[in-house]
Amino acid sequence: MGNSAQQTTPQLLKTPLWSLHHETGGKMVAFAGYDMPVQYEGMGVLKEHLHTRSAAGLFDVSHMGQALLTGSTDPAIALEKIVPGDMIGLEPWKIRYTVLLNDDGGILDDLMVTRWDDKTLFLIVNAACKDKDFAYIQKKIGTAVKLRYLGDRALLALQGPKAEEVMTRLLPLASAMKFMTATKVNYDGHELYLSRSGYTGEDGYEISVPADFAESFATTLLSHDEVKWIGLGARDSLRLEAGLCLYGHDLDEHTTPIEASLKWVIQKRRREEKGFCGAEKILGQMKNGTTRLRVGLQPEGKAPVREGTELFSPAGQKVGVVTSGGFGPSVDGPVAMGYVETAFAAVGTRLNAMLRGTARPCEVVLLPFIKPNYKRD
Amino acid sequence: MSKIFFSEDHEYVRIEGSVGTVGISDYAQKALGDVVYVELPKTGARLTQGAQAGVVESVKSASEVYSPVSGEVLEVNTALVNDPAQVNQDPLGRGWFYKIKLGNDGELKKLRDEAAYAAYVQGL
Repeated sequence: MGNSAQQTTPQLLKTPLWSLHHETGGKMVAFAGYDMPVQYEGMGVLKEHLHTRSAAGLFDVSHMGQALLTGSTDPAIALEKIVPGDMIGLEPWKIRYTVLLNDDGGILDDLMVTRWDDKTLFLIVNAACKDKDFAYIQKKIGTAVKLRYLGDRALLALQGPKAEEVMTRLLPLASAMKFMTATKVNYDGHELYLSRSGYTGEDGYEISVPADFAESFATTLLSHDEVKWIGLGARDSLRLEAGLCLYGHDLDEHTTPIEASLKWVIQKRRREEKGFCGAEKILGQMKNGTTRLRVGLQPEGKAPVREGTELFSPAGQKVGVVTSGGFGPSVDGPVAMGYVETAFAAVGTRLNAMLRGTARPCEVVLLPFIKPNYKRD
Repeated sequence: MSKIFFSEDHEYVRIEGSVGTVGISDYAQKALGDVVYVELPKTGARLTQGAQAGVVESVKSASEVYSPVSGEVLEVNTALVNDPAQVNQDPLGRGWFYKIKLGNDGELKKLRDEAAYAAYVQGL
């Protein structure tokens, strides 16, 4: 039996919850320069995934980059140069998903932006991109706006249908919060940044806590029967079923938001005013179309169709590639997404995935694979 | 009396007369995690020792299964297709992959017996 197992690299970084992962059965692997739990003893990816969809899963996402963008005037004006979303119009304590663009309209990262007040934005970016992102943002936004990396904070996500009940026991204000809103709250003498958001397709919260309080807070959450640790393995299968992109796999610097089927991240005012990196190209693609698009793929049968699998038309022409794929525990079968030539991107299009020399039929489908459970109202 | 041998890659072959039953070890199923898909060789296929015989996939990854011995495939465990979790539940029993007609007894020398394999796994 053999596979291309991940190499462990020396000098991995540790999140403030590293010791707790060890004590609670985390099986650690290298991820984005960090020693992170991929799954936990006695659970495993399958059980962890299903637990998140039926109760509440706790994720350590402290490796992600947290930063504040502040200015004497609204920092959103400067940020809008490098993201296509409406940041100026983002209301206090609302969150918006957006993408960081290079001059060519390619995606350098995807991120969450929360407005705290008219002079402060809170950013959360991907772990693997954070150093590069923060350098790029500071370079592009000039000196009037300051970026401050919050390296002294941990980040937890509590996700699943029982997340509200559990969080409300700790913080009664949690139940009234709506999806993609945030607040600052004091808990046990510590300042938490609480948001109703996540990346699993489930209702839930993300909580930024001071690093020295992270272990205590995580232990409190874990003391509730509904809550279990969930590792990176299930985090990946959950976000894939929810149709959400993983940077470095489904998105990269050579891919525009239009190609990524993320044109909804470009609000109307931005489409009219332009004025962001790569706007000519991106808005041109919006008008005239693009050569390829990200789509959902439903493989027939049981064989997982994984990243890198090539996709062919019924006539045998290579028309695309899978960028994320695997087994979806809630779907109880294989799920995938990838990029295909535009002519083959319509829902219902039949393609063949070439798996170990055998053509496996699959169909272009709408994302997500599961019905999201977001608390919208 | 049956005797079991293990490969370095964690496949086993249980020898009964001239027939070997092949699967993956308990160590292998634990390392893989929940098995969600198994690809088996075809009955009648001629396998050589160390060549790929099938695929076993967990939620997270796909791994090749290499035949621990050479020979002709006599029977495959089709029950695994619909219930691949048997590989986790009973790897040395119900979780077997295929039965093979043994071609070359000398090949067993390249494998480890139960005690040697246990010691090998201990050292991993």
